[in-house]
Amino acid sequence: MLSFEGIDVISIADFSKDGVMKVLKIAKEMVPYATGKKTSRSLEGKILSALFFEPSTRTRLSFESAMKRLGGGVLGFAQPEGTSVMKGETLADTIRMVDAYSDIIVIRHPQEGAARLAADFAKKPVINAGDGAGQHPTQTLLDLFTIWETFGKLEGVNVALVGDLKYGRTVHSLTLALSMFGANMRFVAPPSLQMPREIVDQVKERGLHLKMTHDIHDVIGDVDVLYVTRIQKERFPDPQEYAKVAGSYRIDAQLLHDSRKDLIVLHPLPRVGEIAPDVDETPHARYFQQAFNGVSVRMALLSLVLGATK
Amino acid sequence: MKELRVTPIKNGTVIDHIPSGMALKVLKILGISEKVSSTVTVAIHVPSKKTQWKDILKVEDRELNPREVDKIALIAPTATVNVIRNYNVAEKRRVVLPEKAVGILKCGNPNCITNQREPIETVFLVNNKMPLTLKCRYCDRAIEDVAAAII
Repeated sequence: MLSFEGIDVISIADFSKDGVMKVLKIAKEMVPYATGKKTSRSLEGKILSALFFEPSTRTRLSFESAMKRLGGGVLGFAQPEGTSVMKGETLADTIRMVDAYSDIIVIRHPQEGAARLAADFAKKPVINAGDGAGQHPTQTLLDLFTIWETFGKLEGVNVALVGDLKYGRTVHSLTLALSMFGANMRFVAPPSLQMPREIVDQVKERGLHLKMTHDIHDVIGDVDVLYVTRIQKERFPDPQEYAKVAGSYRIDAQLLHDSRKDLIVLHPLPRVGEIAPDVDETPHARYFQQAFNGVSVRMALLSLVLGATK
Repeated sequence: MKELRVTPIKNGTVIDHIPSGMALKVLKILGISEKVSSTVTVAIHVPSKKTQWKDILKVEDRELNPREVDKIALIAPTATVNVIRNYNVAEKRRVVLPEKAVGILKCGNPNCITNQREPIETVFLVNNKMPLTLKCRYCDRAIEDVAAAII
């Protein structure tokens, strides 16, 4: 049997297809608890350490909400200022200490590999809540959950990823996870920000339908999911070039007129103008629901890793 | 009678079957520079029955530790390491490419946690042996130039 008890959750690549499905199914069972309609004390007496070495709103608050909705307690910090880290303590030492104070550790850190290191030093399970430009597995799980919950499946779903596909960590993990489930991918990005070749090759190896374009109009009529990411200003030496590129990937209600009726628009948030506010009122907007789903998915993971759900 | 290009050594190590052109990199790995205290013989572009050309290195009065042998395996996977004691081959070993390289390579990603002040050794996982590709266990970054990444 597939057991999650006591495991570290560092990278989505550590998950099998069955493992992902198990998390998604339990996340669905968690929804009434995540909304507060039902209550649970299944993690009563358990403590989560939330170590946020860099700022985060959604990830930190949804982990805290998830733990508290299951009756557990939370301690930790939201930024390293004022902690012994600022006095020069190594991450290894911080982890050894926190390991003794809690039952599970959630870490967000600006350096790649920090969560793997934390897992090496902690006896308790570690969940990676984002390490630099590296992995952010719970974001991928909640993205998958949102698509799966909407369409009832992942296989054969047509997903367009839009924006910065070169540097965005979430889109790389999401692409590999979706291709594991047999989703068809469209990559919509300016040539300088297109999906890295090694990721494209891995999708091709799975024999999936794949399309790469710089023009969003090429795909808008035949996709089920539009996953929009932020294009960062600092990727462009010329501010005018940035404005031009960013403008051409702006999603608005007008653009969605040509889309499928049941198309959903997702975004890992925060958005900075990539999705016009007039999309919020359309049935396509699903990004706030996606952010809420973070609570159900994290409840599922905490419950599995702490052994409250088998 | 065939003339020996390099003479036998009494005690030390002979590293044979180094891919042609890699001997100087092996020297660098072993930390052998102009300040050596024992005799070191380097033979470059030597005819070989197996591979047409090879390099050979003889280091007198020194035996290699396992970590040094692992380092050689990363850049010269065909090499053999012969330990010489009193003119005899006391041990003959092929270098073996390890499944993972621990503490012998530096990650090229400046933002990798292994490049911070943490009490850990680097770990690289061998993804593919031919051609050799290695990935940092911590940040997943692949190494582009293995020889240049050796610590």
